[in-house]
Amino acid sequence: MPKIINIGMNHETAPVALRECLAVESRNVQKALGLMRSLDVVREGFFLSTCNRVEALIVAEEAQEAKRAIVSLLSKIGNIPVDDFSSCLYTYENMDAVTHIFSVASSLDSMIIGEPQILGQIKEAYLQSTQEKMSGVTLNRLMHKAFHVAKRVRSETDICGAAVSISYAAVELARKIFHVLEGKKVLLIGAGEMAELAARHLLTNGVSSMTVVNRTFERAVEVAERFRASPASFDEIQDQLLKADIVVTSTAASEYIITREMVKKVLRKRRSRPLFLIDIAVPRDVHPEVNKLNNVYLYDIDDLKGVIEVNKAQRREAAVKAQRIVREEVVKFEKWLKTLAVVPTIVSLRNKADTIIQAEFGKSRSVLDQLAPAHRQAVDVLIRSIVEKVLNDPILFLKGKAGRSTLNGYLDTTRKLFSLDEGEESSRAKTITGNKSC
Amino acid sequence: MEAVTSIWFIPALCFELIATAGFIVFIVRQQKWVFKAAYWLLAVGFGFHTIFLGFRYYSLGVAPVLDLKSALSFFSWSIIGVYLVIQARFKLRVLGSFVAPLAAFFMTISTAVPGTQTPVKPIFKSLWLTLHVGTVFVGNALLAISCIAAIMYLIQERQIKRKRFGTFYGRLPSLATLDNINYYAILYGFPFLTLGMIVGSIYAHFALGVYWQWDPKEVWSLICWLFYAALIHERLAVGWQGRKAAIMSIVCFSLLIFTFLGVSLLMGGYHSFDNMGGR
Repeated sequence: MPKIINIGMNHETAPVALRECLAVESRNVQKALGLMRSLDVVREGFFLSTCNRVEALIVAEEAQEAKRAIVSLLSKIGNIPVDDFSSCLYTYENMDAVTHIFSVASSLDSMIIGEPQILGQIKEAYLQSTQEKMSGVTLNRLMHKAFHVAKRVRSETDICGAAVSISYAAVELARKIFHVLEGKKVLLIGAGEMAELAARHLLTNGVSSMTVVNRTFERAVEVAERFRASPASFDEIQDQLLKADIVVTSTAASEYIITREMVKKVLRKRRSRPLFLIDIAVPRDVHPEVNKLNNVYLYDIDDLKGVIEVNKAQRREAAVKAQRIVREEVVKFEKWLKTLAVVPTIVSLRNKADTIIQAEFGKSRSVLDQLAPAHRQAVDVLIRSIVEKVLNDPILFLKGKAGRSTLNGYLDTTRKLFSLDEGEESSRAKTITGNKSC
Repeated sequence: MEAVTSIWFIPALCFELIATAGFIVFIVRQQKWVFKAAYWLLAVGFGFHTIFLGFRYYSLGVAPVLDLKSALSFFSWSIIGVYLVIQARFKLRVLGSFVAPLAAFFMTISTAVPGTQTPVKPIFKSLWLTLHVGTVFVGNALLAISCIAAIMYLIQERQIKRKRFGTFYGRLPSLATLDNINYYAILYGFPFLTLGMIVGSIYAHFALGVYWQWDPKEVWSLICWLFYAALIHERLAVGWQGRKAAIMSIVCFSLLIFTFLGVSLLMGGYHSFDNMGGR
């Protein structure tokens, strides 16, 4: 019975310095698969390498030997001695390995739970594995099931639900206020990595136009060019507040740039259009009292962080449900895997029958040759269908016992009953039917 | 006749109550099939309700609104009807979870209130009355939905403003959507209300000889009408939207409910149920 083995390291078990040694580029995957193919102990292999994890998933007969081979393979790829990283490795066998790969595909093992990229990375790695002809019956089934589980988890739980980054949280809030961002205007005051990221997300989510304001006008022009936005001078903020729907502020100013009076003044002229202010600056740019005005919503950096914390907790909750789905699917996979154990016995049973038919035909050849071809064929069909009928019940019985603890006993009995394990007999059976498909 | 009508009333009530339970389960569990089941149960209940009202209309010769029991059931029927149309147009699932309980609430009260068994005065057997009541009730149902949207708006707005997201945050739509529903429900409901009042006064002219006679219901209806007119004016001319408009439309609808129930029960006048059914 071949074993499914998973060896690897992720963001939790290994420091980044180690991971980057192994996960340099995608060519590594090909190299790893090539090395795996040269190992006799490895029957099927899959190699995943992302910035947060490096893992090998293999199917092998000799577990211990295969594990040693894979560890030395990793050391070869990363050019690091085994002792330097063996403590960072985790190893799973059989159903634990299946559970692990299902969890990874469902993004339950990711640094940010529910992040969607990992599934694509696994699909890509599997594609490479098939291209290198390193995937077989077990791995094909396993990977397809992993994709299926990931899909179920995504559609049945909220695991990819609410935003877990500042800029996405801002976009989501904007959606809750304006419903659609199409046709809305953004005012970006100041510059800074996080503010620009938020602005970029707003733009990619449909915001139609943007104005950039900066203390130094040249800087405003420079940033505006990057976003295909229009620049405005610092004194125009009051005017711009009239036009904007969403304001993102992130200046280094030590006093409030937007005061309650400034916003209050424009409210009537805005005809109560909602105004959403996102204040990413520390110290804050917008007076907190602004939030108390009607149809004005102000979120500072701490508020947004609070939103993210809530969402993260929600994802952790969803993960519990997701783990239940994973366990369900692991049980199903285990059932399927166990039917595999019956296959060799059934194959040798059929082979044995085939051998007998061939031998008996040989004995009666002289008589049969006198028959007309049509008759000869009828005899052939007759014999084969009799044999088929006789074998049908034992085969169904064995298939029915797949996965039961008593299976091995029944397999053993069957092999003895039909003396399937007699060395010469079985080897002859193989040579005779080797070119035939059963 | 009573037995025949209750054959239709009881299934209508049951279906509407089960649908309401379904809508409540939907807002908690957020499963699409629950919504679909609840929606169709409500539609079936509405069908039974329609047949029931049809029978009543046939047997009375006038729209069945002359006592509190009938009026409540008729109001519930209008709300469900308007909701089914709005849902088909706007596909806003969560709305059902708010509308259905309101309709079921009126329906339940209707079953609890004793009905009257007096013959209908000949004066009421007029198409004008049916027209008057029909337009007013469609208008009332739309305004009820605007009020519900306003309540939903205030819940959602409070969560966004206070930055504390409860269970409703994810389940309720955006502020813009809720404000739009509130706005359009009033924009369509108000003309129906106006038309209903005009038809009513024409009917009064035929039946009683005067267009307007300062009956308490007439006065309160006029007050409601003025409030709604003011709200629409503020929205269109001044640009009211969001919170203020939502609060105002809840105030307006409270007045409307008072006019519908309170005035009829407490203040007498020829619109009161006592005068229409009793005696």
